[in-house]
Amino acid sequence: MAEPSKKENADVVDDGIDVGISRLTEEKIQSVINSVIDNETGARLKTYVETCIHCGLCSEACHYYLSHDKDPHYSPVGKVKQTIWEMIRKKGRVSPEFIRQAAIISHTQCNLCKRCAQYCPFGIDIAYLMLVVRRIIHLLGVTPLYIQDTAHSHSVTMNQMWVKGDEWPDTLQWQEEEAQAEIPDLRIPLEKEGADIMYSVIAPEPKFQAQLIYQAAVIMHVAGVDWTMPASMGWDNSDMAMYTADNEIMGRLKRAHFETAERLKVKKIVMGECGHAFRSVYDMGNRWLGWSMPPFTIVHAIEFYYDLLREGRIKIAKKYKPPITLHDPCNVVRGGGLHEKARYVAHAICETVIEMLPNREHNYCCCAGGGVINTGPPFKMARMDGNRVKAEQLFEAKTKGAEVLVAPCHNCHSGLEDIVHHYEIGLEIKFFSDIIYEVMEKPA
Amino acid sequence: MHSFYNFVSGPLAWIAFLLFFGGSIFRIVRMLMLVAQKESFIFTYMSWRYSLRSIFHWIVPFATVNWRRQPVLTVVTFAFHICLLAAPLFLLSHVILWDEAFGISWWTLPDTLADVMTIIVILGAVFFLVRRVTRPEVRFVTSASDFVILAIVSAPFVTGFLAYHQWFAYPLMMGLHVLAGDIMLAAIPFTRLSHMLFSPFTRAYMGSEFGKVRHARDW
Repeated sequence: MAEPSKKENADVVDDGIDVGISRLTEEKIQSVINSVIDNETGARLKTYVETCIHCGLCSEACHYYLSHDKDPHYSPVGKVKQTIWEMIRKKGRVSPEFIRQAAIISHTQCNLCKRCAQYCPFGIDIAYLMLVVRRIIHLLGVTPLYIQDTAHSHSVTMNQMWVKGDEWPDTLQWQEEEAQAEIPDLRIPLEKEGADIMYSVIAPEPKFQAQLIYQAAVIMHVAGVDWTMPASMGWDNSDMAMYTADNEIMGRLKRAHFETAERLKVKKIVMGECGHAFRSVYDMGNRWLGWSMPPFTIVHAIEFYYDLLREGRIKIAKKYKPPITLHDPCNVVRGGGLHEKARYVAHAICETVIEMLPNREHNYCCCAGGGVINTGPPFKMARMDGNRVKAEQLFEAKTKGAEVLVAPCHNCHSGLEDIVHHYEIGLEIKFFSDIIYEVMEKPA
Repeated sequence: MHSFYNFVSGPLAWIAFLLFFGGSIFRIVRMLMLVAQKESFIFTYMSWRYSLRSIFHWIVPFATVNWRRQPVLTVVTFAFHICLLAAPLFLLSHVILWDEAFGISWWTLPDTLADVMTIIVILGAVFFLVRRVTRPEVRFVTSASDFVILAIVSAPFVTGFLAYHQWFAYPLMMGLHVLAGDIMLAAIPFTRLSHMLFSPFTRAYMGSEFGKVRHARDW
């Protein structure tokens, strides 16, 4: 294996990784690696590995590489070299210490944002290669503790945050009551069969951002949308199992989500401002279940707001005054092409939109996505050190006058919150729904 | 010396062509079979429109963000690859060989131009070598095989150039040139020179995923 990078996380203690490693034997490692390579991969892995000409052109795509003063350990191909190449070359005969390092690299030094795919002349999908590594890590039981906890939560409760069965409708009813103080005839319809739209959210919303459900309810009400939320399991569209490469759980989650929409006989699913969940329902979970495209029309919040604004179903009373800058989340922009619609929404609701550069498909990742923020406190500094370029990019937008950063994705939101505080950039961070709720015309 | 030349340009050349054509077909067919066996969903996502859109952007110099970010490399890599393919294919003396052997001939390059193109290939290889050794992000992922394939690719051009200008021992150089050409042809399907075969497929797949599913640009 290559020598460790300059600043390594050797001192990081993660019980998920460390306890997992203590249980490993070389035989077990070898059998798992070879089983994944033989049984779960095919032409993609083989062709990618044999086609890569080691040119290093992917390097400058990666925010970790750029933020670490171009340390080659952090370049996309450098991470591939330190993980899957070595596993293939040694036919799985690698040490537990190697696996520890592979777990850290694949889980905390790559956001699977696929920017490198736009830099590789051959279009080699390095995010896919990192997910193969995570699959091996998962099967070896070495996944970082915090994200493993969310995967366990998914498995037990079918949501990410251990929200119990009764807590969910209770939260919705609580938000409905709150909102009724503002708009007396507002409802959050539960289990309404045949509604046009099923609205689904990620579990952190009822857990500690319930105001987002309130805001969504107000937007739905004012726009006169025929909508419902499920009262049962299947309400959560999030999916950390996708990022631990626990594909079996990913499949169960997406099946529950789609089957809930099917049971409620809705026309489409509208989801909140989340990126990874969009990737799961639109790109990965559906494929694991055998749907080449999702069995339901999946509408991300950006697209939903776009439609409402364009059709005039919500009116803007007074545009938002403070200048904003717009962050393009990888999973809905590189993963769903929603960048122009996001701009339409931004310009429709805000007076001044200041572009950060690079933007659209080439935006720098927030460094939280891909499950990295979900590896929790032990790796917080990995995110801060690994995304200096984002701080510089944000700072530049701020010097151009931006006061508010709009990030229409939960992971980006939380990740950027950390970046903004750590680097003391001084931008307020908001969701689109925060602003829409604030500036829209509401019944008096 | 005569028998050496006859051997490398006779039986060995046949073997090299056989390995090149047979090997290339074998590698591509095997890859497609592997896709069909284990990842047949890939076919579902392939789209001619988005495949060609992506390939087109990447084979045009400066048409992608990364090509624009690396102007020197872009000029060198395009010049290198164009000359690498065109010089041997359209070299007058090669076309004459085809004509003498099989009675087929095509358009040829003026000798001086072919000479310049040969120098471009050699200088390009030197550039890649220097880049590989001096750029940390490239050196980090470099293995011995990277130097070997660079040597395999440049050898026919170096020997061809020396033979054409009749420097050193011409008959020996000519024999070595043919030998180097044989080795390169045979190596293409079986080394990472196979990026020549596979890159259109990997690019097309990524282009299809980005265009058709993700509604985004991959350049």
